[in-house]
Amino acid sequence: MTIIDSNEITTAPSPAQQMRRRALRHWGFLIGGGVLGLIILMAVLAPFFAPHDPYAQDLSQRFLRPVFLGGSWEHPLGTDHLGRDYLSRLLFGAQISLTIGFVTALISGVIGTTLGVAAGYFGGRVDTIVMFIITVRLSMPVVLVALAVVALFGGSLTTVVLVLGFLLWDQFAVVMRTSTQQIRNQDYVTSAQALGCTTTRIILTEVMPNILNNLIVIITLEMAHAIILEAALSFLGLGVQPPLPSWGLMIAEGKDMLFFEPFLITIPGIALFVLIFAINLLGDGVRDVTAPENRN
Amino acid sequence: MSDDIALELSDVTKIYQISQGMFGGTKPLRALDKISLQLRKGEVLGLVGESGCGKSTLAKVLLGLEKPTTGNVRVYGQPFGTHDRRWIARRIQPIFQDPYSSLNPRKSVREIITLPLKVHSVGDSSSWDKEVAKMLDLVGLPQRLIDASPSQMSGGQRQRVAIARALIMRPEVVICDEPTSALDVSVQSQVLNLLIDLRDELGLTYLFISHNLAVVEHIATRVAVMYLGRVIEQAPAARIFDAPKHPYASALLDSILTPDPALGVPDVNLDGTFPNPVDPPSGCTFHPRCPSATALCSAKRPEPVEQAPGFVTCHLHDPEIQKELT
Repeated sequence: MTIIDSNEITTAPSPAQQMRRRALRHWGFLIGGGVLGLIILMAVLAPFFAPHDPYAQDLSQRFLRPVFLGGSWEHPLGTDHLGRDYLSRLLFGAQISLTIGFVTALISGVIGTTLGVAAGYFGGRVDTIVMFIITVRLSMPVVLVALAVVALFGGSLTTVVLVLGFLLWDQFAVVMRTSTQQIRNQDYVTSAQALGCTTTRIILTEVMPNILNNLIVIITLEMAHAIILEAALSFLGLGVQPPLPSWGLMIAEGKDMLFFEPFLITIPGIALFVLIFAINLLGDGVRDVTAPENRN
Repeated sequence: MSDDIALELSDVTKIYQISQGMFGGTKPLRALDKISLQLRKGEVLGLVGESGCGKSTLAKVLLGLEKPTTGNVRVYGQPFGTHDRRWIARRIQPIFQDPYSSLNPRKSVREIITLPLKVHSVGDSSSWDKEVAKMLDLVGLPQRLIDASPSQMSGGQRQRVAIARALIMRPEVVICDEPTSALDVSVQSQVLNLLIDLRDELGLTYLFISHNLAVVEHIATRVAVMYLGRVIEQAPAARIFDAPKHPYASALLDSILTPDPALGVPDVNLDGTFPNPVDPPSGCTFHPRCPSATALCSAKRPEPVEQAPGFVTCHLHDPEIQKELT
């Protein structure tokens, strides 16, 4: 066989190379990833970084101002109403926010992806049932249900994570269902069926790798969503309970002093904003970088 | 049963239940209506017809992806019904139309071609590489593309990968579902010639589904024409291209575009549009569009009439009916 296509001589860059090149050129991806990486690093290393014990109270040192408002370097971000070091609480608070983000995304990701992929792949009756479950879920206001559950079982980190994990899977299910429907009709899936592959194998090796990029985008969105909801619940006093240094709780505790020491609210607020912004930038970046091939 | 019948379909019917909205219940759609075909070993049966006539449903039934409502498919005398999809997969393999959608973009050529060996647990990873190298040679791809991904290849190269994947398990029958229609014209003939060479080399039998009649004329030894789920004419390729008997077959052949601009766009003797398959016309389903339809055609459904070496499903060629009429 000597037939050779004329354009065989050139080898285009492989998808992995193209993706790397796109990633290094994408500012949102780089900044979002960098900032998120930094926050994760700070959260993990909080026990070494933090200048003080975040729980240590010193009532003689209440409401000290941060350095940039004329405070001292002893407490770079000042202290709160119980005299606890604000920087240390902020660093340990990052642990809580990130834990809630990751674990919630994990739980809801597993639930939503399973339901969505099953609905998209099998269609028919399975699809009808899953769509019904999604509709039921969407008809329940997240905050209201979370409030009810927390009121019943008492607020704690575990409760908040579980409640959010079991409530925030709807986006996963909807997006994974649509993506799977698109992939399912591709000839390579038919071809795998005609090869005698088992359904599990087809879903794991043919479908999943092709919907992974959408999954990552949803994971980032839902992480941000969960972190915001945790802050909201904690602000309402129904999330993480004191003395844990959750950012939402810090805002709640600072609200009484809003007009006198606004930094108590501004600092955790800015931290929350930066974290969510970084996660969303990263999500957008992932979407652009892993976009279907032949788009640079 | 003679040994050289590779694939035999007897009275294969596939009926889909089409939903008519929430309270409308369902209506049957006869995608395949009593299809009987025989493919001899080494033969290339061209299956032609308009979109929606049931060609692709037939391919799905033959690949074991859809179960026929009634009727039977046999491979070398063995009926489908008693075997599972893996058994069918070793004997019948598809080549699809669009090589851009038939290869998983996240896999390398090596992974794509070895998948059948993995699924059927043939050999181990050391023999797979050798086998893949052999297949690449066979389909005329250079060895250095073994770790390439589909997005790095041209349409023709992709289709060669798809052919290699289909043939690595040495199937008996290959269902080619418009294997060239998504390719550039210059590459089409290369792929066609490759298919012909492979048939000679490996003793394959092809069911070649296409609506490109020029391609079918080039490759097929026998042709079956489908209309609304029925095979309305079947004959050796030369006979059908020289002298089609069924009015639909001749209309279809008239529609071939020729490269000679002086001949213009062919005037096809077909009235109206393709009927709704959920609600097919009475009698001969082709009668509303047939230039030589008679009153009988809308009343009586024609049965296949033996016209050695083939058959026609048309009243005009039924000697008994013609005798009655005159």
